[in-house]
Amino acid sequence: MLEIKNLHAKSEDKDILRGINLQVNVGEVHAIMGPNGSGKSTLAHVLAGREDYEVTQGEILYNGQNLLEMNIEQRAAAGLFLAYQYPIEIPGVSNKYFLKAAMNAVRKQHGQPLIDTTSFLKLLKENMQLLGMDKSMMERSVNEGFSGGEKKRNEILQMAMLQPKLAVLDETDSGLDIDALRIVADGVNTLRGPDRAIIVVTHYQRLLDYIVPDQVHVLAEGRIVRSGDRTLALELEDKGYGFLETHSAAASAAAV
Amino acid sequence: MIATETDAYQDAYQRLNDARGDTFPVWLRELSERALNQFTTLGIPTTRDEDWRFTNIAPFAARTYKIAESAEIPASRIESLVNDAILDEQFHRLVFINGRYAAQWSYLHELPNGVIAESVAQSILTHPQSIESRVGQHFDCENSAFIALNTAFVEDGANIVVPDDMIVDRPFHLIFLSVTDEPAVSHPRNLISIGKNSRATLIESFRGLEGASYFTNAVTEVELHESAHFDHHKLQHEQLNALHLATTQVDQQAGSHFSSHYFSFGGDLSRNELNCMLNGERAQCTLNGLYMPVGDQHMDCRTRIDHARAHCKSFEIYKGILDGRSKGVFNGKIYVHQDAQKTDAKQSNQALLLSDDAIVDTKPQLEIYADDVRCTHGATVGELDEQAIYYLRSRGIPADQARTMLIFAFANDVVRGVEVLAVRQHLETILLAEHGLDNV
Ligand SMILES: Nc1ncnc2c1ncn2[C@@H]1O[C@H](COP(=O)(O)OP(=O)(O)O)[C@@H](O)[C@H]1O
Ligand SMILES: [Mg+2]
Repeated sequence: MLEIKNLHAKSEDKDILRGINLQVNVGEVHAIMGPNGSGKSTLAHVLAGREDYEVTQGEILYNGQNLLEMNIEQRAAAGLFLAYQYPIEIPGVSNKYFLKAAMNAVRKQHGQPLIDTTSFLKLLKENMQLLGMDKSMMERSVNEGFSGGEKKRNEILQMAMLQPKLAVLDETDSGLDIDALRIVADGVNTLRGPDRAIIVVTHYQRLLDYIVPDQVHVLAEGRIVRSGDRTLALELEDKGYGFLETHSAAASAAAV
Repeated sequence: MIATETDAYQDAYQRLNDARGDTFPVWLRELSERALNQFTTLGIPTTRDEDWRFTNIAPFAARTYKIAESAEIPASRIESLVNDAILDEQFHRLVFINGRYAAQWSYLHELPNGVIAESVAQSILTHPQSIESRVGQHFDCENSAFIALNTAFVEDGANIVVPDDMIVDRPFHLIFLSVTDEPAVSHPRNLISIGKNSRATLIESFRGLEGASYFTNAVTEVELHESAHFDHHKLQHEQLNALHLATTQVDQQAGSHFSSHYFSFGGDLSRNELNCMLNGERAQCTLNGLYMPVGDQHMDCRTRIDHARAHCKSFEIYKGILDGRSKGVFNGKIYVHQDAQKTDAKQSNQALLLSDDAIVDTKPQLEIYADDVRCTHGATVGELDEQAIYYLRSRGIPADQARTMLIFAFANDVVRGVEVLAVRQHLETILLAEHGLDNV
């Protein structure tokens, strides 16, 4: 489903991603862990198409298509979804309006009929109930004045409504208490299925108790320095990122 | 001022005055004569005038505009203009073509007893005493050349009177159409009076025949008696060759509520002046405005709120969305008189620049002569939030629609204040549907 080959990306003058290789097959769940500043969010945004980053080398294939040639909205319409680490506030646009516009925009790009208001509201109500969200959040402006936890749930709500093929969750667990974490994990697990894939970016192994990954990768200084099964996450929890830093320093020294 | 600039108006005035019949009331003839003299004395303002520093009217006003004759335009074209302007068939509709009441395009539903809704020309002809105390009563022509000009050429407009203790549910919709094939001027004069404890809603729409070049010089005078409630809307959709100047003057007695919703889309150069005199205790006004110039359009919005009595409140939000090489001017004055203790005044004006070449000049002015008051004002100028555009796009919303949505979001503070559904939908259609998005 997703194949990243030797991906290099920079912002302004700073090289952030320095040769990422990653393959995610349909039906799989991958976890990406790594210390702060290692490039996890950058990778997520490069996938989504954020224009602040320049890809200087490498390629990304998404269902066989060259992802880097698609614009942001085409990627979204093709089923790519990024749950933001820091969701954006949009004063003046209600959450409800935004969600319906997004669903219809995707349908339009596929030449599908638009969703009617009744079905939309029904679907919305169901998903909000599953995520334990208060009805009032629909009339409020997108993410404006939402607590950290509410913003994260709102991201998962968008994911549930849009039913992406490849979901990238960027630290969706940070700032969530254990109950919220469970609700969010349930939302993600509902999406899990043989025709989708999920990439979970996280700092803590905790989330992986609820969303059990098929593979775990460790990102450090813009490269994937270790890959393994879920026991790698436990090992990291045990030993901390300290052992990785020496590891990656050695790796970059070796690369010179 | 340059004498020749006003000469054309002198000649036109003579012709108009000759055409005024014997029945034309003496007091009005005198008023109009005085106004013409005042206009001549004041002359057309220049940018050396403090009030006109940012708006150079001279090249426009010096053009020769004829007093518009009755149009020789096929009825079918007028009909389609009227249809474009209609917001809701349920509204009382008064249509003016080139400033003159056009009965065949107007439609009045049954009016509550005692309510007057008719043309000023009709009032002048049949019962001029009903307007005698209402023309130019609440301001003088001393300082405004264009109010003076309007008064000199007073001929027609809407005369609306709601007696005491009456609620008029259906909005009055005044539709002003400029339908000319040569540069023409019209001077509509509207007289609105809302009685004690009464409520009414009014919409003024300004439109023109596609491609027409004309000058609209409108004045609306509003008096709100004790505890009256009045909602005023103005939809300025003039043609791109038009010069649109307008003044709305509101006199508010104790406990009255006035709200104004001004939307400016059209015109080559437009200037809207809105003056509210809070003339009785606990009177309240809300002034909301949205101006959206594109291309080379120039839009000037001026408001003045006089807190003349104690315990009055005023709330004001003006927003500008400017594209192309357009220019916006906002000047908002709040004048708190010495006796106006416990004044509560809030003013905010914000501009969104969509292009590097658009310019906005904003000038909030607070003059406060009372000591126990609460007055706040704030002004911001900004651009669209690129992060928000990215966020919307990453949910599948195409870039141009994402921009539209953010522009709407910016405007929505003003749009959602409109309580008349058909007006709000009209605005949502302009801001959203015409750009491929659903209305809210
Ligand atoms: N838009 C940007 N401009 C400049 N530097 C950036 C930008 N985005 C990320 N960086 C830098 O790149 C590095 C990786 O950031 P990020 O991808 O957010 O890391 P992570 O998500 O792993 O914490 C950090 O040093 C960060 O400061
Ligand atoms: Mg991050």
